[in-house]
Amino acid sequence: MPVIEVNNLRKVYGDITAVKDISFKVESGEIFGIVGPNGAGKTTTIEMMEGIRTPDSGTISILGLHPLKDSKKLRQRVGMQLQQAALPDRLKVWEAFDMFSQFYERFVDAQELLESVQLSEKRNAYFSQLSGGQKQRLFVALALINDPELVFLDELTTGLDPHARRSMWDMISGLRERGKTVVLSTHYMEEAEFLCDRVAIFHKGELLALDSVNNLINELDEDKRVEITLIEAIDTAKLNELETVSEVTRKGVELIVRGSSNRLVVDVVETLANMGAEIRTLRIKEANLEDVFLTKTGSSYRTVNNHSSNAGDTES
Amino acid sequence: MKGFLKLTQIQLKLFLREPAAFFFTLMFPTMLLLLFGAIFGNGNKPIPQLNGYGNVDLLTGGFIGMIIATVGLMSIPVNAAAQREHKILRRLQCSPIRPIVYLASDVFANFITTSAGMILLIILGKLIYNLRLPGDPFGVIVWFVLSAFSFFALGYLLAAIAPTARMAQVVGNILFFPMLFLSGAAIPHQILPEFLKKVSEFIPLTHVIRIIQGFWFEGKWSDYYIEMSVVIGTMFVCLLLAVRLFRWE
Repeated sequence: MPVIEVNNLRKVYGDITAVKDISFKVESGEIFGIVGPNGAGKTTTIEMMEGIRTPDSGTISILGLHPLKDSKKLRQRVGMQLQQAALPDRLKVWEAFDMFSQFYERFVDAQELLESVQLSEKRNAYFSQLSGGQKQRLFVALALINDPELVFLDELTTGLDPHARRSMWDMISGLRERGKTVVLSTHYMEEAEFLCDRVAIFHKGELLALDSVNNLINELDEDKRVEITLIEAIDTAKLNELETVSEVTRKGVELIVRGSSNRLVVDVVETLANMGAEIRTLRIKEANLEDVFLTKTGSSYRTVNNHSSNAGDTES
Repeated sequence: MKGFLKLTQIQLKLFLREPAAFFFTLMFPTMLLLLFGAIFGNGNKPIPQLNGYGNVDLLTGGFIGMIIATVGLMSIPVNAAAQREHKILRRLQCSPIRPIVYLASDVFANFITTSAGMILLIILGKLIYNLRLPGDPFGVIVWFVLSAFSFFALGYLLAAIAPTARMAQVVGNILFFPMLFLSGAAIPHQILPEFLKKVSEFIPLTHVIRIIQGFWFEGKWSDYYIEMSVVIGTMFVCLLLAVRLFRWE
């Protein structure tokens, strides 16, 4: 049985349809990513699954339960990190864990959780004394206080520096190893590529695509591009003759070879080796999730994302 | 239950770390008592018009009313609105704690601080001015509790209506200061001109103080039915509206 089953979910705010007839399933033990630019409907969808927002239509089943009717039962078994949340300014970090642990039937050791997000030396600090990134890590750790089967993480690395983001990624990967199901939203495509088993691409309230990152990229059928810098220029006729090569561009010692087959790189390197050419650098350019987004929407992810960021950082 | 106790404990810790709330609930009323006691100068000598009680006895009843109003109009609206505005309630909503448990712990913690303010006032009044204890202690305690709940309900209502904590603070202050001066809490009611005496009848705190001072001076319950109705009425109306208008965010 899937951990989450969402059918024809819909949510309207005034004139704006934030979520339009979205359906998907999340399987046990996977890291499921909801990606898309700001305003795509990611947070609205997550908050409806969490039972803190009421859908206008459609059904949601979480661990076989109803998010609103069974909310008390579900909250014992589910962990949530909200995009925006706070604690009282003068509450100490350890007190927050002490307080929340009392709300649950079972809870895990706070010290271990604090260590896992590198906050153990901040345990006596007031909430107001934490930096943005530290608060973010605190809320991720708090989402795990009840050892949940399912964790919702909404924009978990927004505002983190690259190093903190990396260690957060390691921590999330660790959750998969412990058999947890994770649903996360992010507007960083590379985060979804790194972490997620499957990715749902949201755009303007619609679900554009849902599959593993590899499948989404392979479906694009996009040319691979091999960029090579040689020690000495060579005649590229032999490369052109290769079946797997569709195009060769040469500029002095620099070559760009295009083709769609998975044999492209092997063929090119083999041919160059047979010709006795020496390679200084070789780079393989692959399509990524941003290209998937571009293909599905016809607009560049960065443009869309920057545009909506300027309009306002938070999603409604 | 363990969630309720933990929340209450946390709320009390936060109160002790909030200098303004701590000062106005616990220190300020006692300071005023010392100050006014010195101004009137005659200690707590019996005054015939006061049924044999003294000035300090009269002031204490007023200051107990002031403590109730401080918590109800200054602490609760600002805290409750700030917890909503800063998405603290939102985070609690994600846990299995039920809203009513959260609210009950907040009420209980505020009741403890209000009672602490009153007890401190009485102990210091007794030590310094030989304050006379209430003639009808049961009446004072019952109506202290009911008056506190009535003002707390008003406080939660303000928090529910106010869009922001800052707004809650403004509205709380606008209600608090006229109440303080017109109700007899800070200035004896008797010296007000007729017109202001009439206005003060519309102020719930006037009635709270009249009941508490009345029972302090051995008054009869049957003398205060109007005042009691105002206190109970305020409590029910505010509670109903506050429950209806409560928002997590």
